[in-house]
Amino acid sequence: MRLTLRVWRQKNAGADGAMSTYEVDGISPDMSFLEMLDTLNEELILKGEDPVAFDHDCREGICGACSLVINGDAHGPERTTTCQLHMRSFEDGDTIDVEPWRAAAFPVVKDLVVDRSAFDRIIQAGGYITAPTGSAPEAHATPVPKPDADAAFEHAECIGCGACVAACPNGAAMLFTSAKVNHLGVLPQGAPERESRVLDMVAQMDAEGFGGCTLAGECATACPKGIPLFSITRMNREFVRAARKAR
Amino acid sequence: MTRTLWHSTVGKKAVMAVSGLIMLAYLVVHMFGNLKIFFGPDTFDAYAHWLRTIGEPFMHYEWTLWVVRVVLVAAVVAHATAAYQLSRRDLRARPDRYVHRRPRASYATRTMRWGGVILGLFLVWHLLDLTTGTVHAGFRPGHPYENVVATFSTWYGNAVYLLAMLALGLHVRHGFWSAAQTLGAGSRTRDRLLVTLANLLALVLTLGFIAVPVGVMTGLVS
Repeated sequence: MRLTLRVWRQKNAGADGAMSTYEVDGISPDMSFLEMLDTLNEELILKGEDPVAFDHDCREGICGACSLVINGDAHGPERTTTCQLHMRSFEDGDTIDVEPWRAAAFPVVKDLVVDRSAFDRIIQAGGYITAPTGSAPEAHATPVPKPDADAAFEHAECIGCGACVAACPNGAAMLFTSAKVNHLGVLPQGAPERESRVLDMVAQMDAEGFGGCTLAGECATACPKGIPLFSITRMNREFVRAARKAR
Repeated sequence: MTRTLWHSTVGKKAVMAVSGLIMLAYLVVHMFGNLKIFFGPDTFDAYAHWLRTIGEPFMHYEWTLWVVRVVLVAAVVAHATAAYQLSRRDLRARPDRYVHRRPRASYATRTMRWGGVILGLFLVWHLLDLTTGTVHAGFRPGHPYENVVATFSTWYGNAVYLLAMLALGLHVRHGFWSAAQTLGAGSRTRDRLLVTLANLLALVLTLGFIAVPVGVMTGLVS
Protein backbone atom coordinates (compact mmCIF):
# COMPACT_ATOMS: atom_id res chain seq x y z
CA MET A 1 0.00 0.00 0.00
CA ARG A 2 1.10 3.52 -0.74
CA LEU A 3 -0.23 6.20 1.59
CA THR A 4 -0.02 9.93 2.12
CA LEU A 5 0.13 10.87 5.79
CA ARG A 6 -0.57 14.30 7.17
CA VAL A 7 0.81 14.25 10.70
CA TRP A 8 0.70 16.88 13.44
CA ARG A 9 4.27 17.91 14.23
CA GLN A 10 5.03 20.03 17.27
CA LYS A 11 8.53 20.34 18.74
CA ASN A 12 7.46 20.80 22.36
CA ALA A 13 4.62 22.00 24.54
CA GLY A 14 5.45 25.66 23.95
CA ALA A 15 6.08 25.51 20.19
CA ASP A 16 3.51 26.08 17.45
CA GLY A 17 2.56 22.92 15.61
CA ALA A 18 1.47 22.22 12.06
CA MET A 19 0.47 19.32 9.84
CA SER A 20 3.38 17.83 7.85
CA THR A 21 2.88 15.62 4.81
CA TYR A 22 4.78 12.34 4.37
CA GLU A 23 4.60 9.60 1.75
CA VAL A 24 4.98 5.98 2.88
CA ASP A 25 5.25 3.02 0.56
CA GLY A 26 5.34 -0.75 0.95
CA ILE A 27 2.76 -0.83 3.73
CA SER A 28 1.19 -4.25 4.27
CA PRO A 29 -2.57 -4.35 4.98
CA ASP A 30 -1.75 -6.66 7.91
CA MET A 31 0.35 -4.03 9.65
CA SER A 32 -1.14 -2.25 12.62
CA PHE A 33 -1.44 1.52 12.42
CA LEU A 34 1.46 1.86 14.86
CA GLU A 35 3.66 -0.46 12.76
CA MET A 36 2.89 1.77 9.80
CA LEU A 37 4.10 4.76 11.85
CA ASP A 38 7.21 2.74 12.85
CA THR A 39 7.92 2.30 9.13
CA LEU A 40 7.60 6.04 8.63
CA ASN A 41 9.89 6.72 11.60
CA GLU A 42 12.57 4.32 10.30
CA GLU A 43 12.63 6.27 7.06
CA LEU A 44 12.76 9.57 8.90
CA ILE A 45 15.65 8.37 11.09
CA LEU A 46 17.59 7.14 8.04
CA LYS A 47 17.11 10.54 6.47
CA GLY A 48 18.38 12.17 9.65
CA GLU A 49 15.03 13.74 10.51
CA ASP A 50 13.26 13.80 13.85
CA PRO A 51 10.94 10.76 14.13
CA VAL A 52 7.26 11.31 14.92
CA ALA A 53 6.65 10.97 18.67
CA PHE A 54 3.58 8.93 19.63
CA ASP A 55 2.49 7.03 22.74
CA HIS A 56 2.34 3.23 22.71
CA ASP A 57 3.03 0.41 25.10
CA CYS A 58 1.42 -3.03 25.10
CA ARG A 59 0.19 -2.96 21.49
CA GLU A 60 -2.43 -5.50 22.56
CA GLY A 61 -5.29 -3.11 23.15
CA ILE A 62 -5.26 -3.41 26.94
CA CYS A 63 -2.97 -0.70 28.32
CA GLY A 64 -4.55 2.51 27.08
CA ALA A 65 -1.30 4.16 26.01
CA CYS A 66 -1.95 4.66 22.31
CA SER A 67 -3.83 7.79 21.44
CA LEU A 68 -4.24 9.10 17.93
CA VAL A 69 -7.05 10.93 16.22
CA ILE A 70 -7.12 9.41 12.74
CA ASN A 71 -9.18 11.17 10.11
CA GLY A 72 -11.08 12.97 12.86
CA ASP A 73 -11.90 9.81 14.83
CA ALA A 74 -10.26 8.90 18.13
CA HIS A 75 -8.44 5.58 17.49
CA GLY A 76 -9.51 5.74 13.84
CA PRO A 77 -12.39 4.24 11.89
CA GLU A 78 -12.75 0.94 13.78
CA ARG A 79 -14.02 0.61 17.32
CA THR A 80 -10.75 -0.42 18.85
CA THR A 81 -7.46 1.03 20.04
CA THR A 82 -4.99 2.47 17.52
CA CYS A 83 -2.62 -0.44 18.13
CA GLN A 84 -5.35 -2.91 17.14
CA LEU A 85 -6.32 -0.90 14.06
CA HIS A 86 -4.95 -2.52 10.94
CA MET A 87 -4.05 -0.95 7.63
CA ARG A 88 -6.67 -3.11 5.88
CA SER A 89 -9.16 -0.56 7.20
CA PHE A 90 -7.70 1.87 4.66
CA GLU A 91 -7.43 1.87 0.87
CA ASP A 92 -4.26 2.02 -1.18
CA GLY A 93 -3.57 5.65 -2.07
CA ASP A 94 -5.49 7.10 0.88
CA THR A 95 -4.54 10.34 2.56
CA ILE A 96 -4.70 9.89 6.32
CA ASP A 97 -4.76 12.73 8.86
CA VAL A 98 -3.12 11.92 12.21
CA GLU A 99 -3.58 14.33 15.11
CA PRO A 100 -3.10 14.25 18.89
CA TRP A 101 -5.96 14.17 21.44
CA ARG A 102 -7.31 17.72 21.65
CA ALA A 103 -8.38 19.07 25.03
CA ALA A 104 -7.19 21.86 27.30
CA ALA A 105 -6.65 19.30 30.07
CA PHE A 106 -4.47 17.16 27.74
CA PRO A 107 -1.67 19.53 26.65
CA VAL A 108 0.54 18.33 23.78
CA VAL A 109 3.99 17.26 24.97
CA LYS A 110 5.44 16.61 21.54
CA ASP A 111 3.96 15.74 18.12
CA LEU A 112 1.20 13.21 18.89
CA VAL A 113 2.00 12.73 22.59
CA VAL A 114 -0.28 14.43 25.09
CA ASP A 115 -0.03 14.67 28.88
CA ARG A 116 -2.86 12.60 30.37
CA SER A 117 -1.80 12.93 34.00
CA ALA A 118 -5.12 14.73 34.65
CA PHE A 119 -6.69 11.24 34.58
CA ASP A 120 -4.24 10.04 37.25
CA ARG A 121 -5.25 12.92 39.49
CA ILE A 122 -8.94 12.09 39.02
CA ILE A 123 -8.18 8.52 40.13
CA GLN A 124 -6.16 9.82 43.09
CA ALA A 125 -9.19 11.86 44.14
CA GLY A 126 -11.30 8.76 44.78
CA GLY A 127 -10.83 5.94 42.30
CA TYR A 128 -9.87 3.40 44.96
CA ILE A 129 -11.20 1.64 48.05
CA THR A 130 -9.81 2.35 51.52
CA ALA A 131 -10.18 -1.18 52.86
CA PRO A 132 -6.78 -2.72 53.52
CA THR A 133 -6.04 -5.25 50.81
CA GLY A 134 -3.52 -8.00 50.81
CA SER A 135 -3.71 -11.54 49.61
CA ALA A 136 -6.95 -12.41 47.79
CA PRO A 137 -9.81 -12.87 50.29
CA GLU A 138 -12.04 -15.92 50.35
CA ALA A 139 -14.29 -15.49 47.31
CA HIS A 140 -17.57 -16.16 49.13
CA ALA A 141 -16.85 -13.92 52.13
CA THR A 142 -18.54 -10.96 50.42
CA PRO A 143 -21.45 -12.02 48.21
CA VAL A 144 -21.81 -9.90 45.06
CA PRO A 145 -25.02 -10.27 43.04
CA LYS A 146 -24.29 -11.35 39.48
CA PRO A 147 -25.87 -8.26 37.84
CA ASP A 148 -23.70 -6.01 40.05
CA ALA A 149 -20.60 -7.99 39.22
CA ASP A 150 -21.42 -7.69 35.52
CA ALA A 151 -22.03 -3.94 35.80
CA ALA A 152 -18.79 -3.44 37.71
CA PHE A 153 -16.89 -5.43 35.13
CA GLU A 154 -18.40 -3.50 32.24
CA HIS A 155 -17.14 -0.25 33.77
CA ALA A 156 -13.83 -1.77 34.86
CA GLU A 157 -13.01 -2.37 31.21
CA CYS A 158 -12.05 1.32 30.88
CA ILE A 159 -8.33 1.51 30.08
CA GLY A 160 -8.10 5.27 30.60
CA CYS A 161 -6.88 6.02 27.08
CA GLY A 162 -8.74 9.34 26.88
CA ALA A 163 -10.53 8.69 23.57
CA CYS A 164 -13.75 9.91 25.22
CA VAL A 165 -12.16 13.28 25.96
CA ALA A 166 -10.67 13.49 22.46
CA ALA A 167 -14.01 12.74 20.82
CA CYS A 168 -16.12 15.01 23.05
CA PRO A 169 -16.94 18.39 21.47
CA ASN A 170 -16.59 19.87 24.99
CA GLY A 171 -13.38 18.07 25.95
CA ALA A 172 -15.25 16.44 28.84
CA ALA A 173 -13.98 13.51 30.88
CA MET A 174 -17.41 12.36 31.96
CA LEU A 175 -17.26 8.87 30.46
CA PHE A 176 -13.87 8.13 32.00
CA THR A 177 -14.87 9.45 35.41
CA SER A 178 -18.23 7.71 35.36
CA ALA A 179 -16.64 4.39 34.41
CA LYS A 180 -14.35 4.63 37.45
CA VAL A 181 -17.10 5.86 39.78
CA ASN A 182 -19.50 3.10 38.76
CA HIS A 183 -16.92 0.34 38.66
CA LEU A 184 -16.30 0.69 42.41
CA GLY A 185 -19.66 2.15 43.34
CA VAL A 186 -21.72 -0.93 42.48
CA LEU A 187 -19.54 -3.31 44.51
CA PRO A 188 -19.87 -3.86 48.27
CA GLN A 189 -16.13 -3.28 48.63
CA GLY A 190 -16.58 0.24 47.27
CA ALA A 191 -19.63 1.09 49.35
CA PRO A 192 -17.98 2.94 52.28
CA GLU A 193 -16.72 5.70 49.96
CA ARG A 194 -19.74 5.68 47.68
CA GLU A 195 -20.63 9.34 48.31
CA SER A 196 -17.19 10.89 48.77
CA ARG A 197 -15.86 9.07 45.72
CA VAL A 198 -18.26 10.60 43.23
CA LEU A 199 -18.10 14.07 44.79
CA ASP A 200 -14.29 14.13 44.95
CA MET A 201 -13.73 12.66 41.49
CA VAL A 202 -16.18 15.05 39.84
CA ALA A 203 -14.60 17.97 41.71
CA GLN A 204 -11.15 16.93 40.48
CA MET A 205 -12.48 16.43 36.94
CA ASP A 206 -13.80 20.01 37.01
CA ALA A 207 -10.58 21.34 38.55
CA GLU A 208 -8.54 19.82 35.72
CA GLY A 209 -10.37 22.01 33.20
CA PHE A 210 -12.40 19.35 31.44
CA GLY A 211 -15.68 20.53 29.90
CA GLY A 212 -19.20 19.52 30.86
CA CYS A 213 -21.48 16.90 29.35
CA THR A 214 -23.99 17.87 26.67
CA LEU A 215 -24.98 14.25 25.96
CA ALA A 216 -23.61 14.42 22.44
CA GLY A 217 -22.77 10.72 22.73
CA GLU A 218 -19.47 10.99 20.86
CA CYS A 219 -17.49 9.57 23.79
CA ALA A 220 -19.35 6.27 23.92
CA THR A 221 -19.04 5.91 20.14
CA ALA A 222 -15.28 6.42 20.30
CA CYS A 223 -14.63 4.28 23.39
CA PRO A 224 -12.57 1.23 22.33
CA LYS A 225 -13.89 -0.68 25.34
CA GLY A 226 -17.57 0.03 24.78
CA ILE A 227 -18.25 1.89 28.03
CA PRO A 228 -21.93 2.81 27.56
CA LEU A 229 -23.26 6.37 27.57
CA PHE A 230 -25.58 5.33 30.41
CA SER A 231 -22.51 5.13 32.57
CA ILE A 232 -22.70 8.93 32.65
CA THR A 233 -26.41 8.79 33.54
CA ARG A 234 -25.59 6.53 36.43
CA MET A 235 -22.83 8.84 37.69
CA ASN A 236 -25.20 11.83 37.46
CA ARG A 237 -27.66 9.92 39.65
CA GLU A 238 -24.91 9.04 42.11
CA PHE A 239 -23.70 12.64 42.18
CA VAL A 240 -27.08 14.15 43.00
CA ARG A 241 -27.66 11.46 45.62
CA ALA A 242 -24.27 12.12 47.20
CA ALA A 243 -24.76 15.90 47.14
CA ARG A 244 -28.05 15.41 48.99
CA LYS A 245 -26.46 13.21 51.64
CA ALA A 246 -23.26 15.24 51.96
CA ARG A 247 -22.43 16.28 55.50
CA MET B 1 -25.92 20.84 48.92
CA THR B 2 -26.84 23.83 46.77
CA ARG B 3 -23.18 24.89 46.72
CA THR B 4 -22.02 21.41 45.76
CA LEU B 5 -24.51 21.34 42.93
CA TRP B 6 -24.00 24.84 41.55
CA HIS B 7 -20.19 24.64 41.71
CA SER B 8 -19.87 21.46 39.66
CA THR B 9 -20.52 20.79 35.99
CA VAL B 10 -22.73 17.83 36.86
CA GLY B 11 -24.80 19.78 39.39
CA LYS B 12 -25.21 22.76 37.09
CA LYS B 13 -26.57 20.44 34.44
CA ALA B 14 -29.04 19.13 37.03
CA VAL B 15 -30.21 22.72 37.57
CA MET B 16 -30.62 23.06 33.80
CA ALA B 17 -32.56 19.81 33.65
CA VAL B 18 -34.99 20.74 36.42
CA SER B 19 -35.57 24.31 35.14
CA GLY B 20 -35.97 22.94 31.62
CA LEU B 21 -38.57 20.43 32.75
CA ILE B 22 -40.50 23.18 34.57
CA MET B 23 -40.58 25.25 31.38
CA LEU B 24 -41.50 22.18 29.36
CA ALA B 25 -44.45 21.39 31.62
CA TYR B 26 -45.63 24.99 31.27
CA LEU B 27 -45.33 24.80 27.48
CA VAL B 28 -47.55 21.73 27.28
CA VAL B 29 -50.26 23.54 29.27
CA HIS B 30 -49.71 26.72 27.24
CA MET B 31 -50.12 24.81 23.97
CA PHE B 32 -53.43 23.24 25.00
CA GLY B 33 -54.67 26.66 26.09
CA ASN B 34 -53.70 28.16 22.74
CA LEU B 35 -55.75 25.62 20.83
CA LYS B 36 -58.92 27.11 22.33
CA ILE B 37 -58.54 29.80 19.70
CA PHE B 38 -60.22 27.41 17.23
CA PHE B 39 -63.45 27.64 19.26
CA GLY B 40 -63.99 31.33 18.65
CA PRO B 41 -63.24 34.65 20.35
CA ASP B 42 -65.70 34.17 23.23
CA THR B 43 -64.22 30.84 24.36
CA PHE B 44 -60.63 32.06 23.96
CA ASP B 45 -61.12 35.38 25.73
CA ALA B 46 -63.11 33.76 28.52
CA TYR B 47 -60.32 31.18 28.95
CA ALA B 48 -57.75 33.98 29.11
CA HIS B 49 -59.80 35.70 31.78
CA TRP B 50 -60.21 32.46 33.74
CA LEU B 51 -56.41 32.13 33.92
CA ARG B 52 -56.44 35.21 36.13
CA THR B 53 -59.03 33.76 38.48
CA ILE B 54 -57.38 30.37 39.14
CA GLY B 55 -57.40 29.48 42.82
CA GLU B 56 -60.13 31.91 43.83
CA PRO B 57 -61.35 32.53 46.44
CA PHE B 58 -58.20 31.29 48.22
CA MET B 59 -55.99 33.18 45.80
CA HIS B 60 -56.83 36.75 44.95
CA TYR B 61 -57.41 37.81 41.31
CA GLU B 62 -54.18 37.22 39.26
CA TRP B 63 -52.22 35.84 42.25
CA THR B 64 -51.83 32.36 40.80
CA LEU B 65 -50.81 33.86 37.48
CA TRP B 66 -48.09 35.87 39.20
CA VAL B 67 -46.83 32.83 41.11
CA VAL B 68 -46.52 31.00 37.79
CA ARG B 69 -44.74 33.98 36.26
CA VAL B 70 -42.23 34.21 39.09
CA VAL B 71 -41.47 30.47 38.89
CA LEU B 72 -41.04 30.70 35.11
CA VAL B 73 -38.72 33.72 35.29
CA ALA B 74 -36.64 31.93 37.92
CA ALA B 75 -36.49 28.86 35.67
CA VAL B 76 -35.46 30.90 32.62
CA VAL B 77 -32.77 32.78 34.56
CA ALA B 78 -31.36 29.60 36.16
CA HIS B 79 -31.42 27.74 32.83
CA ALA B 80 -29.77 30.55 30.86
CA THR B 81 -27.14 31.35 33.50
CA ALA B 82 -26.11 27.71 33.85
CA ALA B 83 -26.09 27.29 30.06
CA TYR B 84 -23.91 30.36 29.60
CA GLN B 85 -21.43 29.34 32.28
CA LEU B 86 -21.23 25.73 31.11
CA SER B 87 -20.84 26.76 27.46
CA ARG B 88 -17.98 29.11 28.34
CA ARG B 89 -16.33 26.28 30.19
CA ASP B 90 -16.90 23.80 27.34
CA LEU B 91 -15.35 26.12 24.78
CA ARG B 92 -12.33 26.70 27.03
CA ALA B 93 -11.92 22.95 27.53
CA ARG B 94 -11.46 22.40 23.78
CA PRO B 95 -9.42 25.37 22.53
CA ASP B 96 -7.83 23.63 19.51
CA ARG B 97 -9.97 22.23 16.75
CA TYR B 98 -9.08 19.15 14.78
CA VAL B 99 -7.68 19.82 11.32
CA HIS B 100 -9.70 16.90 9.98
CA ARG B 101 -13.20 18.05 10.79
CA ARG B 102 -16.43 16.16 10.70
CA PRO B 103 -19.85 17.02 12.16
CA ARG B 104 -20.10 15.82 15.75
CA ALA B 105 -23.37 14.66 17.28
CA SER B 106 -26.87 15.13 15.85
CA TYR B 107 -28.29 18.37 14.43
CA ALA B 108 -30.54 18.87 17.48
CA THR B 109 -27.53 18.45 19.79
CA ARG B 110 -25.32 20.86 17.86
CA THR B 111 -28.00 23.56 17.74
CA MET B 112 -28.78 23.54 21.49
CA ARG B 113 -26.77 26.69 22.25
CA TRP B 114 -27.82 28.91 19.37
CA GLY B 115 -31.31 27.42 19.50
CA GLY B 116 -31.49 28.44 23.14
CA VAL B 117 -30.41 31.99 22.28
CA ILE B 118 -33.06 32.17 19.54
CA LEU B 119 -35.70 30.95 22.02
CA GLY B 120 -34.60 33.55 24.57
CA LEU B 121 -34.87 36.37 22.04
CA PHE B 122 -38.22 35.04 20.87
CA LEU B 123 -39.47 35.00 24.46
CA VAL B 124 -38.68 38.72 24.86
CA TRP B 125 -40.49 39.56 21.61
CA HIS B 126 -43.40 37.27 22.46
CA LEU B 127 -43.98 38.96 25.84
CA LEU B 128 -43.65 42.48 24.39
CA ASP B 129 -46.02 41.47 21.58
CA LEU B 130 -48.84 39.59 23.30
CA THR B 131 -48.50 40.21 27.06
CA THR B 132 -47.54 43.88 27.38
CA GLY B 133 -48.32 44.89 23.79
CA THR B 134 -45.28 47.21 23.71
CA VAL B 135 -44.29 46.27 20.16
CA HIS B 136 -47.84 45.56 19.06
CA ALA B 137 -49.53 48.40 17.14
CA GLY B 138 -53.18 48.66 18.17
CA PHE B 139 -52.84 46.23 21.11
CA ARG B 140 -56.09 45.85 23.07
CA PRO B 141 -55.62 44.60 26.65
CA GLY B 142 -58.20 41.98 27.60
CA HIS B 143 -58.83 40.99 23.98
CA PRO B 144 -56.26 38.25 23.35
CA TYR B 145 -58.14 36.71 20.40
CA GLU B 146 -58.01 39.96 18.46
CA ASN B 147 -54.34 40.52 19.37
CA VAL B 148 -53.32 37.01 18.30
CA VAL B 149 -55.07 37.38 14.95
CA ALA B 150 -53.41 40.77 14.45
CA THR B 151 -49.93 39.34 15.15
CA PHE B 152 -50.34 36.45 12.75
CA SER B 153 -51.73 38.72 10.05
CA THR B 154 -48.25 40.20 9.61
CA TRP B 155 -45.53 38.36 7.68
CA TYR B 156 -42.87 39.05 10.31
CA GLY B 157 -45.13 37.87 13.11
CA ASN B 158 -45.52 34.55 11.33
CA ALA B 159 -41.87 34.31 10.33
CA VAL B 160 -40.54 34.94 13.85
CA TYR B 161 -43.04 32.54 15.38
CA LEU B 162 -42.49 29.68 12.92
CA LEU B 163 -38.71 29.92 13.24
CA ALA B 164 -38.92 29.96 17.02
CA MET B 165 -41.23 26.94 17.10
CA LEU B 166 -38.87 24.93 14.91
CA ALA B 167 -36.05 25.89 17.27
CA LEU B 168 -38.26 24.82 20.17
CA GLY B 169 -38.88 21.41 18.64
CA LEU B 170 -35.17 20.77 18.15
CA HIS B 171 -34.37 22.07 21.63
CA VAL B 172 -36.98 19.86 23.30
CA ARG B 173 -35.95 16.84 21.26
CA HIS B 174 -32.43 16.80 22.68
CA GLY B 175 -33.27 18.66 25.88
CA PHE B 176 -35.88 16.30 27.29
CA TRP B 177 -33.81 13.19 26.72
CA SER B 178 -30.72 14.95 28.09
CA ALA B 179 -32.59 16.08 31.20
CA ALA B 180 -33.55 12.48 31.86
CA GLN B 181 -29.89 11.42 31.63
CA THR B 182 -28.71 14.33 33.76
CA LEU B 183 -31.18 13.49 36.50
CA GLY B 184 -30.16 9.85 36.28
CA ALA B 185 -33.49 8.58 34.99
CA GLY B 186 -32.09 6.99 31.82
CA SER B 187 -31.05 3.39 31.42
CA ARG B 188 -30.54 0.85 28.69
CA THR B 189 -34.02 -0.59 29.10
CA ARG B 190 -35.74 2.78 29.37
CA ASP B 191 -33.94 4.52 26.53
CA ARG B 192 -36.41 3.74 23.77
CA LEU B 193 -39.24 5.08 25.87
CA LEU B 194 -37.34 8.30 26.64
CA VAL B 195 -36.30 8.87 23.03
CA THR B 196 -39.86 8.29 21.85
CA LEU B 197 -41.23 10.60 24.53
CA ALA B 198 -38.72 13.32 23.62
CA ASN B 199 -39.57 13.11 19.92
CA LEU B 200 -43.29 13.02 20.66
CA LEU B 201 -43.10 16.06 22.94
CA ALA B 202 -41.05 17.96 20.36
CA LEU B 203 -43.45 17.09 17.56
CA VAL B 204 -46.67 17.74 19.49
CA LEU B 205 -45.43 21.06 20.90
CA THR B 206 -44.18 22.33 17.55
CA LEU B 207 -47.32 21.31 15.65
CA GLY B 208 -49.62 22.47 18.42
CA PHE B 209 -48.08 25.92 18.58
CA ILE B 210 -47.75 26.28 14.81
CA ALA B 211 -51.44 25.40 14.41
CA VAL B 212 -52.38 28.89 15.62
CA PRO B 213 -50.53 31.00 12.98
CA VAL B 214 -51.45 28.41 10.34
CA GLY B 215 -55.08 28.76 11.42
CA VAL B 216 -54.90 32.53 11.00
CA MET B 217 -53.08 32.26 7.66
CA THR B 218 -55.61 29.82 6.25
CA GLY B 219 -58.54 31.91 7.51
CA LEU B 220 -59.77 29.25 9.97
CA VAL B 221 -59.23 31.83 12.70
CA SER B 222 -60.09 35.44 11.89
